[in-house]
Amino acid sequence: MRLTQGTFSFLPDLNDAQIRAQIEYCLGRGWAVSVEYTDDPHPRNAYWEMYGMPMFDLKDAAGVMAEVDACRKTFPRHYVKVNAFDATHGWESLRLSFIVNRPPNEPGFALEREEGAGRLQRYSVRSYAAERPEGERY
Amino acid sequence: MSAPESLPLDLEQLYRDSNVAGVLEALERELVGLAPVKTRVREIAALLVVEKLRRSVGLEAGAPSLHMSFTGNPGTGKTTVALRMAEILHALGYSRKGHLVAVTRDDLVGQYIGHTAPKTKEVLKRAMGGVLFIDEAYYLYRPENERDYGQEAIEILLQVMENQREDLVVILAGYKDRMDRFFSSNPGMASRIAHHIDFPDYKEDELLAIAGLMLEKMKYRLDAGAEAALREYIALRKTQPHFANARSIRNALDRARLRQAKRLFEQRGAPLTREALMTITAEDIRASRVFETAGEQR
Repeated sequence: MRLTQGTFSFLPDLNDAQIRAQIEYCLGRGWAVSVEYTDDPHPRNAYWEMYGMPMFDLKDAAGVMAEVDACRKTFPRHYVKVNAFDATHGWESLRLSFIVNRPPNEPGFALEREEGAGRLQRYSVRSYAAERPEGERY
Repeated sequence: MSAPESLPLDLEQLYRDSNVAGVLEALERELVGLAPVKTRVREIAALLVVEKLRRSVGLEAGAPSLHMSFTGNPGTGKTTVALRMAEILHALGYSRKGHLVAVTRDDLVGQYIGHTAPKTKEVLKRAMGGVLFIDEAYYLYRPENERDYGQEAIEILLQVMENQREDLVVILAGYKDRMDRFFSSNPGMASRIAHHIDFPDYKEDELLAIAGLMLEKMKYRLDAGAEAALREYIALRKTQPHFANARSIRNALDRARLRQAKRLFEQRGAPLTREALMTITAEDIRASRVFETAGEQR
């Protein structure tokens, strides 16, 4: 099952030229771009690992692209995403975030049902990949 | 598909379209002297225009290496020319953003093990798409301390200079003799820099012309006596220690402005004209310490 998250979740994966164009847009608006990775695909996993520091004061996407490539090389079978943080007053949050790398094989999620008191039913989502320990998934 | 070999190509048109003509003209107009520097800048501009034309007819040659070394005494205009160079490279489409990131050893080299690489890489990332100007680059290499982290910064720099030529132009600047020593102990660096440009010292009338340009920009002017005084001042100042070419002139003018303001302030009550606010007189310049010490020497 293909994991979709973030700004372009409804689109097919962006190619490198498109990623570069998106980063150019972010830098043009003065946002700080950062790269993050994880191998826990659960939708509620909001805190991915940072790959290096967020990059401030960049003028050109080449620097970010080099970082994305380095992260992909280090973690070829992880999810990697690019975030753009807007520091202007009133926003102070991510403005854009999209996945730029994914494992070749994504097993997807299981839906678990739990019986409660009476006929109460609780649902939870469990990723097949996360059954193995961190670093050995995918 | 390539064009027929004999088809005439319009170099003139391309030259006019890229606004490099304007930048070169400004370089000519706003920088006094520096003939060898201007020649080399014009050569590089010509190379890039021709390269662009060649690319348009399918003659790919790869990005030329444009890393440079600027050597010269203090105040000879190395930083100013680097700024102009960034503009020219941008006008010609060689660098995508055309900004200049000026750094020194402190910005590249870390304080402890493992600090240097991220620091250098961050600076390099900031400079991508533009020009990285490393002032007093020879401080990166400290032969007397073999555990100095400067070497690490140099290695990262070399790697990027070689592999990401189209993303970044590196300009190293510093005094001539020290840069020569730096290059002879870092042959890898010397071989990756295609353009070594030497900035000559300014002659006296060039310095006077520079002073004129500076005053024009600051909206001041010299009266007849002051001009003669400034000419004398430059001749005397040149013989004294710590002479820093155009920078010394700027400092001298700043001090003259100070004295002019003081003079006007002491005459308050008397009617003041716009003319008087603009004019620097001979006494403003002759009050300088340079004339005193010269008098003592005599």
